[in-house]
Amino acid sequence: MTMFIILFWVMAVITIVPALYIAYSSNLVRSIFMFFITLFGLAGLYVYAMADFVAITQIVIYVGGILVLILFAFMLSGRETLERLQQSPVKLFNLKKIPALLVSAMFLIVLVNVILKANVDNQAWITRNIQAHNVIATTDITTDNIGINLMTRYLLPFEAVSILLLMALIGSAHLSRKEQVQ
Amino acid sequence: MIGLTHFLLIGAVLFCTGLFMVVTKKNAIQILIGIELMLNAAILNMVAFGRFDKMNNGGQLMAIFSIVLAAATTAVALAIILNVYRRYKTIDPDKLNQLKD
Repeated sequence: MTMFIILFWVMAVITIVPALYIAYSSNLVRSIFMFFITLFGLAGLYVYAMADFVAITQIVIYVGGILVLILFAFMLSGRETLERLQQSPVKLFNLKKIPALLVSAMFLIVLVNVILKANVDNQAWITRNIQAHNVIATTDITTDNIGINLMTRYLLPFEAVSILLLMALIGSAHLSRKEQVQ
Repeated sequence: MIGLTHFLLIGAVLFCTGLFMVVTKKNAIQILIGIELMLNAAILNMVAFGRFDKMNNGGQLMAIFSIVLAAATTAVALAIILNVYRRYKTIDPDKLNQLKD
């Protein structure tokens, strides 16, 4: 049980430290590869929240799709941006960044305060579901239930998302195509 | 078992990191990565609450829908960034000061 908790915190560190490094660094390539590590750490955290299927979906769609897309866009956007970015020195305590740092730190304080005071684990619906054994245990297989729910209860959002994905792909193909010379 | 509070705290840290990136970064792709971090924080919260909903799988299915929506928005946003780069030869959002050329 202690190993379980230690691994959870290792996963949390793997998630948070690269995220902070992305915010600190101004090197685009390095931040993209650090984002990889953050996404893998998040997939591990999803496994700890008993959501295996969501973890696999995260790896397939984010790491396989979105990050490759970002890398392609970065490589297509040319060499001048890269050179100009690497000339600018990295300064965390840049004077322009202090208001942003202040805003995000204060928002973090507010969020942590709310989370600690909300006592989330003893919410009414959560205790009710625990008493009704409606909680996913470590031995449960959730994929079957997710598939059945996707085809019955969540059929309308599923179809809406599929149509929206088609529209977005057609729209982005249209936007990124070469323009005709007039 | 890991409590719900730990997941929510990790999500809060990720969200604030993303917020800082969106406000400060000078590169549109890095701003996009910041938005992705904020989305991932929200998805982490949904997945963490979804453990207590075994019958309906509400949280996990909404997390899957959010991941798909994030993929769609990223595709469109990257197409827009490429177009902006082609017109203005920069992807610094501070330097873009008109909508049409």
